[in-house]
Amino acid sequence: MPTTALRRSRRPGLSVAPAPGTDASAGYKVTFVRVLRSEWAKFWSLRSSWITLGVAVFLLVLFGAVASYTYSPDAAAAGGPPGPGNGGDSDAVGLALTGVTFASLAVGVLGVLLSAGEYTTGMIRSTLAAVPRRLPVLFSKAAVIGPIALVLTTVGALAAFLLGSPGLDGERIALSPGDDGVLRSLAGAGVYLGLVAVFGVALGVLLRSSAGAIAVLVGVLLILPGLASLLPDSWYDTLSPYFPSNAGSAVYALHQSSDALSPGAGLAVFAGWVALALAGAAYRLVRSDA
Amino acid sequence: MIEARELTKRYGDKTVVDQLSFTVKAGEVTGFLGPNGAGKSTTMRMIIGLDSPTSGAVTVNGRAYARHTAPLHEIGSLLEARSVHPGRSARSHLMALAHTHGIARRRVDEVIELAGLTSVAGKRVGAFSLGMGQRLGIAAALLGDPAIVMLDEPVNGLDPEGVLWVRNLLRSLADEGRAVMLSSHLMSETALIADHLVIIGRGRLLADTTVEDFTREAGGGGVKVASTEAVRLRALLAGPDVTLTSSSTEELLVSGRDAREIGAIAAQHGVPLYELTPQSVSLEAAFMELTRDVVEYQSAPAGTERKAA
Repeated sequence: MPTTALRRSRRPGLSVAPAPGTDASAGYKVTFVRVLRSEWAKFWSLRSSWITLGVAVFLLVLFGAVASYTYSPDAAAAGGPPGPGNGGDSDAVGLALTGVTFASLAVGVLGVLLSAGEYTTGMIRSTLAAVPRRLPVLFSKAAVIGPIALVLTTVGALAAFLLGSPGLDGERIALSPGDDGVLRSLAGAGVYLGLVAVFGVALGVLLRSSAGAIAVLVGVLLILPGLASLLPDSWYDTLSPYFPSNAGSAVYALHQSSDALSPGAGLAVFAGWVALALAGAAYRLVRSDA
Repeated sequence: MIEARELTKRYGDKTVVDQLSFTVKAGEVTGFLGPNGAGKSTTMRMIIGLDSPTSGAVTVNGRAYARHTAPLHEIGSLLEARSVHPGRSARSHLMALAHTHGIARRRVDEVIELAGLTSVAGKRVGAFSLGMGQRLGIAAALLGDPAIVMLDEPVNGLDPEGVLWVRNLLRSLADEGRAVMLSSHLMSETALIADHLVIIGRGRLLADTTVEDFTREAGGGGVKVASTEAVRLRALLAGPDVTLTSSSTEELLVSGRDAREIGAIAAQHGVPLYELTPQSVSLEAAFMELTRDVVEYQSAPAGTERKAA
């Protein structure tokens, strides 16, 4: 373009073009890694990200530790605390992960805020003007929030377990981190929560409204399993292990109950749900006006 | 350069932009004018690919916007609606955009300084006044050192000093060889900045002209003449392209002859004049005249003959 040559002839004293000596604009180019870098910076530059992430880890640690300290074998025999991973009988990992349900809402909301937050504030227009191909934005958001949530909640789950351990000292169900499956379960909780965050991102892009996406998130993770119990028994027994939250809880259960999926299968099924939501989000993002 | 060809956008059965064609050239400031709801913002959103046209196409420097490897280097834009997360600081907002293109932090600081935001760069944008928000939007538009700068109502909310700043900035951007497009619903303001005018109403092109031509045409409001011998003067002034109307017995409104000519004729024939005033129509009035048609009649003929200008 002839304009390029013209643009070089800047007027002295006016710094509209980059400072002289830097032919910086030659290197301007959108790449996936750069979009990733941008989303990373966006995530950490919002106070709400820190708060929500902090809340998620705090809930995870708090509920896990408290459940371990308040555990009593008699109460457990009478029914046990509700929660995944304890097929009638509690184990130390199940107690440590009592907070997963609450943490999953927090990280899910975190994902929603990261994506739907851009629509509610109008930021999405700036974002898509910079990255008009759009899809890299969605995948970068997922690639930023997933690992962040995974790592921090895995650490949180481990902390909950270690903090809770003294509370179970001498109990029959006490476990140490070296015991079979303990670390796998704790890391499984982190993987599940990382995927929930990605699920939140996808719902946010799909629905473009924070309130709507959070409502659907809560509905899918908390209400759907209960609602499904209205189904005929035979249907329910066949379908329920495949519900997102049930498949997810199989990922971090120490012992599989007979009607649940194995950790690997649970992970595959839950990841499938997330992938489905992401595909829907990608379709809407590319096909409809911003 | 921006080239729109037969650009059309329909929402349901409402046509917001209708077969719009225009060109925004490098080295010029193009004013994009129209009453509220004329389709200016929608057109600008289509230019940068936020909305996709129902039919027709628009290219930015020869290509669809999304096909550029460094879109912010091609066109920097400020949209009318706020496009910033209020929880982020001005610097973080600009950095987030800069990262996508590999733009250095130094450049971010440059545009912050250019926009006069240095003292508030670390503040959350939510606390910004409308004027500061506009400055941030302009800083974002300039971030990628773009060949085209497109601003939707840039002086909205700016104080007089800010308005002057924008005016000078846009002029210097055009002088550097960039294409500048700014939308407005204020003719008088735009005429001060722009070289070229693209005027739309109801999504249709009404005029594609230069400010100079538009001003000249707007000046053709006739000449008011007052004389004690108005009837005699009337006969003297009559001619093939001259129209004469009178509002009172001693007054005439003449169009087709300029004041100089009328004065000469009157002197030649000894007709005493006690008023001889060219009636200049204000640009705003001319603009309203032009756009009123579209508001009143759904299918008013677009002023295509003006395209020759």
